Amino acid sequence: MDCLRESVCAFKDPRKQMNITGERIKVIMATNGVGVAWWVRDLWSSDSRMDEPETLDRAYSQKTCEVLIIGAGGAGLRAAIESKDKGADTLIVCKTLLGKAHTVMAEGGIAAALGDVDAQDNWQVHFSDTIVEGQYLSNWRMAEIFAKEAIDRVYELEQYGALFDRTKEGKISQRPFGAHTYRRLCHIGDRTGLELIRTLQDQVIKRSIPFMDEVAVTKVFTDPKTRRASGAIGIDIKSGRLILFRARAVVMATGGCGRVYQVTSNSYESTGDGIAMAYRAGAELMDMEMIQFHPTGMIYPAGVRGILVTEAVRGEGGILTNAQGERFMSKYDPKRMELSARDVVARAIYSEIVAGRGTKNGAVYLDVSHRGAAYIKNKLPSMYDQFLEFAGIDITKEKMEVAPTVHYQMGGIRVNPETGESSIKGLYAAGEVACGLHGGNRLGGNSLSDILVFGRRTGAAAADAAVGIDLPAISEPDIEKEIDRILSPFSPGGGTNPFLLKEEIAKNMWKHVGIVRNEKDLEAGLEEVERMRGVAATVRAKGRRTYNQSWLDALQVWDMLLGCEAIIRSALERKESRGAHARSDHPGKDEKWLVNIITVEKGGEMTHELKPVEKLPAELEALIKKD
Amino acid sequence: MSQVATPKASRTVTLKVLRGIGSDLTETRYDSFEVPREEGMVVLNAIHYIQANLDPSLSARWNCKAAKCGSCSAEINGKPRLMCKTRVDSIEGEITVEPMKAFPRLRDLVTDVTENWKVAAMIPAFTPRVAPGQEWRFYQRDVDRSREFRRCIECFLCQDVCHVVREHKADYIGPRWVVKAASLDMHPMDGLNRSQFMKNEGGLGYCDITKCCQEVCPEHIVITDDAIIPEKERVVDRHYDPLVWLYRKIPKSHNQVEADAKKALKVVFWGTLLAPLILVPLYYLAVSVLG
Repeated sequence: MDCLRESVCAFKDPRKQMNITGERIKVIMATNGVGVAWWVRDLWSSDSRMDEPETLDRAYSQKTCEVLIIGAGGAGLRAAIESKDKGADTLIVCKTLLGKAHTVMAEGGIAAALGDVDAQDNWQVHFSDTIVEGQYLSNWRMAEIFAKEAIDRVYELEQYGALFDRTKEGKISQRPFGAHTYRRLCHIGDRTGLELIRTLQDQVIKRSIPFMDEVAVTKVFTDPKTRRASGAIGIDIKSGRLILFRARAVVMATGGCGRVYQVTSNSYESTGDGIAMAYRAGAELMDMEMIQFHPTGMIYPAGVRGILVTEAVRGEGGILTNAQGERFMSKYDPKRMELSARDVVARAIYSEIVAGRGTKNGAVYLDVSHRGAAYIKNKLPSMYDQFLEFAGIDITKEKMEVAPTVHYQMGGIRVNPETGESSIKGLYAAGEVACGLHGGNRLGGNSLSDILVFGRRTGAAAADAAVGIDLPAISEPDIEKEIDRILSPFSPGGGTNPFLLKEEIAKNMWKHVGIVRNEKDLEAGLEEVERMRGVAATVRAKGRRTYNQSWLDALQVWDMLLGCEAIIRSALERKESRGAHARSDHPGKDEKWLVNIITVEKGGEMTHELKPVEKLPAELEALIKKD
Repeated sequence: MSQVATPKASRTVTLKVLRGIGSDLTETRYDSFEVPREEGMVVLNAIHYIQANLDPSLSARWNCKAAKCGSCSAEINGKPRLMCKTRVDSIEGEITVEPMKAFPRLRDLVTDVTENWKVAAMIPAFTPRVAPGQEWRFYQRDVDRSREFRRCIECFLCQDVCHVVREHKADYIGPRWVVKAASLDMHPMDGLNRSQFMKNEGGLGYCDITKCCQEVCPEHIVITDDAIIPEKERVVDRHYDPLVWLYRKIPKSHNQVEADAKKALKVVFWGTLLAPLILVPLYYLAVSVLG
């Protein structure tokens, strides 16, 4: 990126004094008592490199902005648009290429009570569905804002250029989804996420909001005096160089941590960096034990295990059967059958497989072929392609084999429902990395409206907060300490392969912290995490810094292990079964566990606090639909 | 490579991967790796196996591993393809994996595709033809025209295969971006005409319709037939049709009387031009019928 070149200091020792003026950099180096002043235009060129090995080069460039947005999925892009529209100098930084974020994988649709198909639908019902299926752990205010504003966000997205499927009357078409009372999911075939991210990406480009893709942020800094978020440091993956970001407000939109599990529908980048960075900055995490298992992931062939089979297949009439041909959902939720809540369907499938009624590949069947080839190809085009190309199965004629796959992290950074601000001033969070809306179980389609509603609110709040304050400070020792950490995988010794360790981490979680948990397994999983921390210290990167994945992964394993620890410790804490969290040693829901589990660092230790869920105000309580 | 000592060829597959070497990774060589076969394995699985077991310094860009994000573009046995969507068992013998050639190579299989964002910024953005605020009504058939182009996952394989992009990068925006323009032009609520842009900055005339791009599209977008040719037709209609050209020469007016006069002039203009087109065939028809 050209913007990278704006303010650059490529000298090996950043402690030497720098004054940055506009495009040029004035560097005053005191060497051997002789002061040398250099005006340098472009220091990226290779001849400015010193004799040190390239991998240990501590130099970093600097970027200053008002609002720094980390992550360019739906939440990050929507926040950036709002922040820019509010007039703040906004910068987007993301780990992968622009437009590739995990939002792209969202398939079924975006939930908003437009009432285009079912006129009885309204925000009140959507609110009730969200709270009830979230097993009463959701923050009521977030759910209220969400249900009300989702409608406007969908219309707004349409006016940004997204093309939704239509009803006969020319309105936005909506499809049924699990545990939504009415048909509520606005969709674009089964590629809703792709359309959403492309539309927002276009808006970002249209507004000329600067973005730096393929920059992996590793730490968020706070002002040592005021504890306010003050910026971040990261690696420009393409060049392997370090960049320091100074900002007045930082928005985390880094997504979830699905990759800590072996079987997951999540992208490479979903390694939980955001929760790890926020936690290390001192922010509170919440409900980390709540990991959503999507009921239907591909299971066969092994090479594509975990890839999502959208809930829209069931929304469009797909039927689940076990190996004996029994439509087993009638045993678990006779009323809603296949369109029950995700936690219910996932556990039902799991139970069938564990009871030996699964297929030989350890799966159950999902069949939509009765809807006819033309209908399927129109409504589920990418599912049709996916099965045909990966598994050689024609879903218009044959059954799919499916099994649960890790899909979403309901927990995350605890935020203020109105502004998205975390417990650290100036540090905001939106989207999957934030917590509070989905409670114990997220409804399908609610995440896409979540990222729009809270992406917008967070962007606005961050922009407002950034106006009229001095740039918070970043302490030199903090920067130096983080550079030490960033460069540690290049230090001599060790030699563990980061890719292998990542696999081990993921296997451990799958084995010990799965759909149904128990204390013994959780303890064993935690022990493994501790052991792997020791291994992580011996992980080394190979080769040069330019696009060095082994280096990035060597740093990522620390974030993943932190996420694992938070999940396991919270799971040990919650001694009941609620929503996505099922304990075989504590079956059944318990009223006294109507609490949110807060995870926060105290004195270098991970500690937990239990906070009772806020009671709903009477007028909202009245909206809750009781069966 | 001790784990894969099995002599049976069917048990393993050989991957020849292009590597960047030397101090600035500009020199290249091919490294061969023996990777055990797994059922349904894709090339990206093999690359992951190499990273985890044989050589952690190998770099390859990837993200979703489900053919939805378009990150893992490469040339597999010389053909631009997604590594996550190419099954190993679909290829006989050795598999050669190289980075896309149309973009600067960063390391091993990773190329720098940032130049695309500059092009993206050039294309006139979606501009609704009605004032914002009101609810829009349009129909599925309107949506369907544009929907094909919205499947694009920006893998840039079409840009990679396009010989025009390779030769005339500065002049022609390339198939991905024609698809983008088409997706906006065919949006039922879009009010812009991008033909001027496509003709000039877009360099659409450079495309000589060899249809290579639609061959390689992993999303099966029929790029040339459905996007490029209609876009070319728009340019021709707007800029090279002599009648339209003449018509556009008639100056626009805001004065009502003058406008009416202009309208009358237009009727005369069209009448004069179209009358022979209708009358001449009629004349010949009459002559031939009456003998």
